[in-house]
Order: sequence, then structure tokens, then C-alpha cells
Amino acid sequence: MVAAASTSSKPTRGVDAAFIVKKAVISALVALVLFSLMIGVRTEAGSDGQLTYWTRFGDLAAMVATVFVGSIVIELLRHWWGPVETVRVVPPSATKALSFAGRALVPVLLIFTFLVPVIFYNERYILDLGILVLTYVMLGWGLNIVVGLAGLLDLGYVAFYAVGAYSYALLATTFGWSFWMCLPLAGILAAFFGILLGFPVLRLRGDYLAIVTLAFGEIIRLVLLNWQSLTGGPNGVSGIPRPTMFGIPLTPGDDGLAALLGIEFSPTHRIVFLFYLIFGLALITNWATIRLRRLPIGRAWEALREDEVACRALGINTTTTKLTAFAIGAMFGGFAGACFVTRQGFISPESFTFHESALVLAIVVLGGMGSQLGVALAALALIGGFELFRGLEQFRMLVFGMAMVLLMIWRPRGLIGHRAPTVFLERNQAISSDLVKEGAG
Amino acid sequence: MTDIILSVENLTMRFGGIVAVNDLSFTAERGKISALIGPNGAGKTTVFNCITGFYKPTSGTIRLRHTEQEWQLERLNDFRIAKVAKVARTFQNIRLFPGMTALENLMVAQHNALMRASGYTFLGLFGVPSYRAAEKAAIDLARDWLDRIGLLARADDAAGNLPYGDQRRLEIARAMCTLPALLCLDEPAAGLNARESGELNELLLRIRADYGTSILLIEHDMSVVMEVSDHITVLDYGVKIAEGTPRQIRDDPKVIAAYLGADEDEAIAVMEGET
Ligand SMILES: Nc1ncnc2c1ncn2[C@@H]1O[C@H](COP(=O)(O)OP(=O)(O)O)[C@@H](O)[C@H]1O
Ligand SMILES: [Mg+2]
Repeated sequence: MVAAASTSSKPTRGVDAAFIVKKAVISALVALVLFSLMIGVRTEAGSDGQLTYWTRFGDLAAMVATVFVGSIVIELLRHWWGPVETVRVVPPSATKALSFAGRALVPVLLIFTFLVPVIFYNERYILDLGILVLTYVMLGWGLNIVVGLAGLLDLGYVAFYAVGAYSYALLATTFGWSFWMCLPLAGILAAFFGILLGFPVLRLRGDYLAIVTLAFGEIIRLVLLNWQSLTGGPNGVSGIPRPTMFGIPLTPGDDGLAALLGIEFSPTHRIVFLFYLIFGLALITNWATIRLRRLPIGRAWEALREDEVACRALGINTTTTKLTAFAIGAMFGGFAGACFVTRQGFISPESFTFHESALVLAIVVLGGMGSQLGVALAALALIGGFELFRGLEQFRMLVFGMAMVLLMIWRPRGLIGHRAPTVFLERNQAISSDLVKEGAG
Repeated sequence: MTDIILSVENLTMRFGGIVAVNDLSFTAERGKISALIGPNGAGKTTVFNCITGFYKPTSGTIRLRHTEQEWQLERLNDFRIAKVAKVARTFQNIRLFPGMTALENLMVAQHNALMRASGYTFLGLFGVPSYRAAEKAAIDLARDWLDRIGLLARADDAAGNLPYGDQRRLEIARAMCTLPALLCLDEPAAGLNARESGELNELLLRIRADYGTSILLIEHDMSVVMEVSDHITVLDYGVKIAEGTPRQIRDDPKVIAAYLGADEDEAIAVMEGET
């Protein structure tokens, strides 16, 4: 491993001990200043109201030492694993095996996902988790169009998820329309809101765009929270009808699916149905995205991410190009929102906080911006991992933060960082991530 | 009577206190190569940015005439100048899409034609035959251009991975894939070695011969300007100081002085060295 790495042409790969120690000392000093009041001194109101305090210099010392050692470890890890060069740290034979595994990965994942309800039929928890992961895969794919392809940093993506969810919930409860009617409407309404957001932010780029989209997400949530007469405010909307299988309800009644098929009713049927429903929708999303990428609009999105000025010089209308990216990304978010509602049967503004936006963005970044497979893997890892570490309680976030930091050091462009060309003459070769731009807007 | 495609009339561009272009008028003939030369900071790129809509001129008119229509470019929006008025440009600092392949770069250039063919995406999404035919034609055009610039073998390589000289030619090919009536090149020979700049000359002459595209050229490299230009306009501090054929310009002492500073003897020596 190390031998292969050292043969490649790269300046120094030696460990610069002085630099690492210096960095560790600085980190430790910062930690000392930060934690001396937070941890070193502990205050409490005493029994008769006076302030009592005591010091915990032992804990403080332990903390600072951890930061010091941790900083050294991270630096060393970065040295050995780091993205110092994008070429292989792995010998060629292993690369070949890996690339084969990579090609086999997609069909294996598809077949496995298809079989999940069969394998885990009796494990409701796994099925629920599967639905959740698929919902996030869909959200990730939607946001991937905006952030990964068009390079527009959107921190308020949860707004479209919310619009889709509430549109579905309100249409279904007020008009009693069926799932199959409400679903496209939820998508269209979300797309409309995508355009609504798109207009004011057309001229914004980078940090400015991120802040405005973040605010947009909050505005939508606050409107949902305060427009009591329409949305029920903090109480949310409940009693949302469950989806039917093309008109056949999945209920224990005489006209239910179980009765029609002559099998015994089980509530799992509905879960399995929902699983396949979301799986199907996710596959459609994926199909559409892959097609769109190879159409002129998709190439224009990527070109926009690469260089907006050059796009304008080629006569590409950057306004409509951005708006379509926002609209289509939002539409997929709307679909995911509708799926979320049918699963829950109940929604409230609490489900649509900034936390969700951050999570979906983390999925996209972790997956490798622009890569469909990467996003799916990242959704599985993040959402599945969250559940896996549920036992750790409040340390869960800490573990996750650490994992993300390490991963970003190791693969700064995400799990799948390279880019596949949309058209080729002879060789369909991946493009190294360090050439691909992240987009300035 | 000469056939004028572009006429710039009394163009002035101010940035705060700086007058980058001052009351400049010049014309470019259809099917010819016209050059705009001048020392660094003379305002050449600014003129290009006004023509291609990246800057709104402070005052003045820019008229473009072709296919029996006339446009006033200073009134058109940036992307419409390329889309409707058919003016293509390259940049002084190359602006390719580095993470896309050479072929993809040329496909993006055909965006508007392909967009129409794909029924603004709806038909293309379902792969209707007419779109597939249009896409194939677009690939053929791109292949043809890659062949012309000698990059056919590297069609599937990322543009950002190509050598500098290849990137320059690819940018010109990309501009040509928009099927422009007027091609504006901002210092296409900058950074090229002698052999590469010779190839560039040939490419420009072939574009003129095969497509009849009118070319407006900003250039620093005198060998390129003198060899390929039909007409030269000289700019200094945003003001036109001379214009004429390459021969007239070469012998104009005002140009020599402006171009190479006050030292005229040295100037003449350099000019003669170039020829
Ligand atoms: N966007 C701008 N803002 C302010 N000044 C500018 C801008 N663009 C160009 N200039 C100024 O205009 C003058 C001409 O620049 P430019 O057109 O780039 O010259 P050239 O291309 O001939 O070297 C320079 O003094 C430059 O500083
Ligand atoms: Mg310039």
C-alpha cells in the first residue's frame, strides 16, 4: 500500500513532526481557553440561593490532553490516508477487483432492496427503517440535482419536503382525493415553490445563496406553524388517509386487498406496499435524473456548475437553467414529502426543521456531489448508522460528527467523487474529482 | 461598397473615474478577419465585453447586421447576443468546462439547437427518434470540430486535463459549434509557442475559408496579427490611434511608439524582427 503510494510523483510524503506538534499545541491551547470556563469551573445555585462553584481541573486537563493527542492522530491519519494524491493508494490488482465490485454493486443493491420485504417480512422495524432510508435516498437525489449537478448550494431544501408533505396531507384530508391524485399535485406544488425560491436568488452565489435558501426553509416552517386555520399550527394534520393499491384499500374489511386475495389480513401488507411504492418512486426519480443528465438541460446544469460566464457566452439562458434545477429538485422533494406523510399518517412542522436540510445536504456531500450511487450509499450509511448507534444516545451525534470528519479527510469529494461523462465517442472514462468544479452559487 | 457585419459607433465605457474605452468607432467586414490591437490595458477586452453583452456600455451603439437583420447589441441581454445575434467569443483566460470532456464541451455549445430538438426536455426524456437524430447530428458536428483541431483522439478526456494549447483550440471549436456569424477571439495566441501559434493561424484562415465566419481578433502576438488580419484597428488608452491594412499599421510610427513605449528605435527593431 505504502509502496504503491510512494512511487507516484508527489513532493514530500514524509511526516513533518514539527508541524504536527505545533498544530497540536495550538489546538490544545484553543481547547484550554474554550473549556476552562465551560468545564474547568462549575457553578451552581446553592441551597439558599447563593452561587457555589468548584473547579474540575482534572477533567479540563483530560480534555485538553485528548484534543492534543487527537490532533496528532488526525494529522497522521491525514498523512497516511489523505487525499494528498487522488491516484491509488491501492495496488492495481486490487483496483481491478474493486472496479469489478463497483460495477456489481448497483445490481446487487437493487436486488437486495427488492428482496428486503421478503427477507425481513417479520421484522417491522427493519421495514420501517427501509422506508425511511428510501425516503432520504429520494430527498438526496432531489437535492443532488440542485447542489450536485447545478452547483447551487441550497440549505433550505426541507421547505420543498414540507410543501410536498402538507400539500398531500391537506388535499387528501380536505378533498378526500386519492393518493395517486395527490402525489403528482404535491410534486407540482413543490416545484412551484422551487421556482418561487429560485427567482429572488438568481443573482446570488455561494454563501449568499446558502443564507437566503436557509431563511426560505425557516420561513416555510414558520408559516406552517402559524397559519393555524390552514395547517393546524403546531398540532399538525392528522387522520391522513392511507394509500390504496389502485383503489383497493389495504384494510381488514371485506373490500380490502387481503379479503380479495383470500389471505389473512396483516398490517405488514400495508408496510410492504409502502416500501415498494417508495422504492418504485425512487427508481423513477433515479431514471429521470439519469436521463435528464444526458439531455441538453442536464448538461447545461453541469456546465453552469463549471462556469456560469462561459454558459452565457454560449447563449445558454442561465435564468431558466437555474429555475429548472430548483423546480425539478423541489419536485422530487415534494414526492418524498408525500411518501413521508402516507407512512406517518400525521405531520406537524416539527418534522421540517433545519436539521433535515442539513441531513439531506450531508447525504449529498458525503455521497459525492452529482453521483446517484454515492447519494444512495450515503443515505444508507447515515440513516442506517443513526439507527445502529441509537444505543449511544447523546453521543450518537458525536460519533457521527467524528465519522464525517474522518471521511471528509479521507475522501474530500465524497464516497464517489469522480464524474461519469454524459456522452462519449470511444472510452467512457470517469473524470477525476479534482477537475470537477463544485460550483460557485 | 464594403459589406459591414459589425459597426461600433462612439463606444465609451467608464469604470468610475477610469475611461477604459473613449469614443471608439470601428467596423468589421463580413467574411474577413479584423484585428484589434494595442498595449496592455488599452481597453481591448473591455470592447469585447461590451460587444458580447458582459458590460453595458456607458454610451455608444454597436450594430450587427447579418441574414438581412440588424441588432443593436448594447440593447440585448447577455445570453441573447450569443443565442439570437449569433456572436460567439473566447476568453483571454480560457473558460472551458474543465470537469467535462472535450466532446461534452462541444455538446454544451449546441445547447439551444438541442434544447429545441428535445422539445424543451419533454420529448427528449422519452427518447423520441427526432431528438436522437438531432443528438447524433450534434455529436457529428462535435466530432468534425475535434478532428479539425486535432483532438479527436482526446475527445473523451476531461478538458481540464488537456495541454494549454489544446485548450485554446478547444475553446475556439466550442465557440464555432454555436454556429456564429461573428467570432470574437480574445488573445487566442497568448501562451502558445511558435509552432502552436502557426497552427492557430491556419485554423483561423480555414474557419474563414470554410465557413465564411467573420472574425474579430484581439491579439498581442504580432506574427498572428500581421499574417492573418485583413484589417487592423489600433487602440491606446481606450482611443483609436490608427487603422488600416497590416502593411499600413506596420509602418505607422504612431503605432510603433504607442505599442512599445516611447523608445521608437527599439520599437522598429522589434517590428522588423517579427516579420
Ligand atoms: N470591470 C472593471 N472594473 C474596473 N476597471 C476595469 C474593468 N475592466 C477593465 N477595467 C480597466 O479598463 C482598462 C482596460 O482594460 P482591458 O480592457 O482589460 O485592457 P486590455 O484587454 O487591452 O489589456 C484597464 O485600465 C482596466 O483596469
Ligand atoms: Mg485583455
